[in-house]
Amino acid sequence: MSSVIVRDVSLNFGAVEVLRSLNLDVAEGEFIVLLGPSGCGKSTLLNCIAGLLDVSQGQIFIKGKNVTWEEPKDRGIGMVFQSYALYPQMTVEGNLSFGLKNAGLPRDEIAKRVARASEILQIQPLLQRKPAALSGGQRQRVAIGRALVRDVDVFLFDEPLSNLDAKLRSELRVEIKRLHQKLANTMIYVTHDQIEALTLADRIAVMKGGVIQQLDGPQAIYNRPVNRFVAGFIGSPGMNFLEGQVSRDGAPGFLVGDLRIPLDRYEFSVANAAGAASLGIRPEHVALDEAGAAMPFSLETVVEIVEPMGSDTLVWTTLGGHNFTFRAPSERTLRLRERVTIGFDPARASLFDAGTDMRL
Amino acid sequence: MADTRNGRPSQVFRNINSKVASIPMVLTASVVFVGGTIWTVVHSFTNSKLLPRLNFVGLDQYERLWGANKWLISIENLFIYGVFSLIFSLVIGFVLAALLDQKIRFEDTFRTIFLYPFALSFIVTGLVWQWILNPDFGVQAVVRGLGWESFAFDPLYDQDIVIYGILIAGLWQGTGLVMCLMLAGLRGIDEDIWKASRVDGIPMWKTYLFIVIPMMRPVFVTTLVIIASGIVRVYDLVVAQTSGGPGIASEVPAKYVYDAMFLSQNLGQGFAASTMMLVTVLIVIVPWAYLEFGRRRHRG
Amino acid sequence: MADQATASSVAGFDAVRAPASEAWGPRPRRALSRRNIIIYGTLTVVALYYLLPLYVMIVTSLKGMPEIRMGNIFSPPMEITFEPWVKAWATACTGLNCEGLSRGFWNSVRITVPSVIISILIASVNGYALANWRFRGADIFFTILIVGAFIPYQVMIYPIVIILREMGLYGTLTGLVMVHTIFGMPILTLLFRNYFASVPEELFKAARVDGAGFWAIYFKIMLPMSLPIFVVAVILQITGIWNDFLFGVVYTKPDVYPMTVQLNNIVNSVQGVKEYNVNMAATLLTGLVPLIVYFISGKLFVRGIAAGAVKG
Repeated sequence: MSSVIVRDVSLNFGAVEVLRSLNLDVAEGEFIVLLGPSGCGKSTLLNCIAGLLDVSQGQIFIKGKNVTWEEPKDRGIGMVFQSYALYPQMTVEGNLSFGLKNAGLPRDEIAKRVARASEILQIQPLLQRKPAALSGGQRQRVAIGRALVRDVDVFLFDEPLSNLDAKLRSELRVEIKRLHQKLANTMIYVTHDQIEALTLADRIAVMKGGVIQQLDGPQAIYNRPVNRFVAGFIGSPGMNFLEGQVSRDGAPGFLVGDLRIPLDRYEFSVANAAGAASLGIRPEHVALDEAGAAMPFSLETVVEIVEPMGSDTLVWTTLGGHNFTFRAPSERTLRLRERVTIGFDPARASLFDAGTDMRL
Repeated sequence: MADTRNGRPSQVFRNINSKVASIPMVLTASVVFVGGTIWTVVHSFTNSKLLPRLNFVGLDQYERLWGANKWLISIENLFIYGVFSLIFSLVIGFVLAALLDQKIRFEDTFRTIFLYPFALSFIVTGLVWQWILNPDFGVQAVVRGLGWESFAFDPLYDQDIVIYGILIAGLWQGTGLVMCLMLAGLRGIDEDIWKASRVDGIPMWKTYLFIVIPMMRPVFVTTLVIIASGIVRVYDLVVAQTSGGPGIASEVPAKYVYDAMFLSQNLGQGFAASTMMLVTVLIVIVPWAYLEFGRRRHRG
Repeated sequence: MADQATASSVAGFDAVRAPASEAWGPRPRRALSRRNIIIYGTLTVVALYYLLPLYVMIVTSLKGMPEIRMGNIFSPPMEITFEPWVKAWATACTGLNCEGLSRGFWNSVRITVPSVIISILIASVNGYALANWRFRGADIFFTILIVGAFIPYQVMIYPIVIILREMGLYGTLTGLVMVHTIFGMPILTLLFRNYFASVPEELFKAARVDGAGFWAIYFKIMLPMSLPIFVVAVILQITGIWNDFLFGVVYTKPDVYPMTVQLNNIVNSVQGVKEYNVNMAATLLTGLVPLIVYFISGKLFVRGIAAGAVKG
């Protein structure tokens, strides 16, 4: 059963189309991430689902009920904001119970819910403190708690970790994942950070320009990006792109500079694709030395720049006239201008049509 | 040249340009503000009449001051005007600001209309309202002309309520400023707070009352201080609207000071009265300054 | 699916009554919703209250006296006449002479222009010195200056009278200009100091590295980039000084009375029949300059007030 359905939703601000005819089916208990650069419409979509914004066209269903015209409080949602948005003059306990008191819930019910939420989030010792006396991580937990006490099925997260420093971010990321495993609620999560997306999501919706580019599990998005934008957005360091031609005289191959990369093992999505295209290959899919030579495509190249990163080393070279990066294990010491053999399996590459940017 | 930004103590000739440039400020601060104030306070203990004399008479002037009917009425008027001014301008100003904050059309137009009285002199304000409240031609006459024969509304000729006539004019002039300050404060509230409260299902009036207004405490305090320091000085308005009348029913301390100093040739009274005005201001300012800056030092 | 959408959009006109399962697109909003009525209604009523005096001023000043005596201050003039305006400007009596407001107007101009220029020049240099070139004791004087802004003027009036008399300036335009400069300093210095403090320090440091000194930096770097704040300061000062009454009445003699003082004399000096239309014309004339400044400067005016109101 679908928990949240977005049907043909469009949103215009005046003449600007911010969301274009979006469709999204979120299954019950699923953790879905809306991922994309700033301005892609992900937060806007979340606000529409929440009911904070009116859609220009389309409908929104939550747990089978048409909530397109409902106020946020009647949609069965809880929301967590980037800036926490805790009520500054109230204690943590006050923040958690204010909405419930306003709804007229009996006092013992409120106490019960507050106790349960603070236990799950480990914020019991903080209950009498005010938000100003809390750390960033604690504030975010209280913000999540405020959504928890509402006893709802769907949680909405609007870039909740963006205000935290890197270390806190990874800590809280794990906590959110644990929370999802424990509660099994449906969660819709907005972020621009692809690491958060890849680690947390059951499915990722990559968005650009108000349109969902690809809706898939993290592995599929990583391995088979559906267009060049998705391919370039996911993965750090980014995918290498080589501009060249797909030729079909004899076996299919990719011509770039004076190189020919065999494409016989590549799984084409478009039959008999040919012509100008880009070949994308991730730095981590490139192997060195013997492993490299054993690959279906290998060549010798010159090391230009070496960036040691501790866990491994990022190496820059030139391939077919393009900048090309690959990862080397940190034990393998490389010197500048050293000649080294690298290779990769074209089956792991991605081909994109030069004109449409779509996957071939 | 040494680092000048961290305020390290410097010898007299370092930074000479800056010091020379600051001479006007230094002079003003010390001579006029400090020196002038002290001079006046000191002379309030003398019996100066037409010219200042250093003939000390202790608290004589103050005794006379507090025995003068005119002074007592001024204090009473100031108190009434002050309290009502504060309450009404804060409430009206906040309500108007809240309405304007609702993302409405014509916001600029409304704001321009509410604020233009602030650009006028108090003399202009006083005269205009004197005319509007004129019993023969103004509001009273108009309403009577519409049929309510016994309608009476001439505060400017009624000793008991004349101060309220002045209050109406003062509010008309000053509320626009309060509204601007409140609006700036409202705009500083994080938008996510509104969203969170909407998701929580809190109705708007409760959000204003329990969340937004407490968050705006610093703005309220600042506005209060500004209004208060303006109230003590109310002078031009009274001179224009009622000249202190009818009789002495709308006297205010500032007018008492001027009249004593320049009209009745009683400098000593004028000094005593102005010192009392200073004391009043200090009673408001000192606790506020202590709270504001004391707290900051504590946090810093 | 399309049919459902069409059906809902037709139902959308009285969608308030349509069942929730048919909901599609934006929430139905009536233009005349209760919320809108309360908001726009209140604002309009209040706006009318605010506009009323201006309307009355204009209308009264355009009527002839007989029409005024007939009675309704709110009614528009049946016969428009500009005679009250001419009279107010040229021949109205102030109790001492009958030359109208024109002299007061020019006095005000002669008071305001130098005061504005001098006070802004001094305060901007002061603010710049405080922001970038702090020296020991500077902060103390600055605090005194600010506190001084709260002290009621009445406490300092007489000492200044004495000072001006000693300098031979009591009762002259120059004396009044000095007074306005002195009392304009606290707020203006604060304004400029805050503004210059918000200029990135790197700019200042780079100039120092290039060898520029106090005045060089002021003229070549700070001045050119501070046009907005100068405009705000000018607006604040023009309005404040033009509208002043207290200093005008204490520190001047009748031939140099500013417009506000003259206005008060014209209206409140009891001499026979009150010519209400002339009074209102005179009032309007006096308020005209700051009003024009206000309407032209719009948003800058608001910013000026906010800046003047934010302390520390």
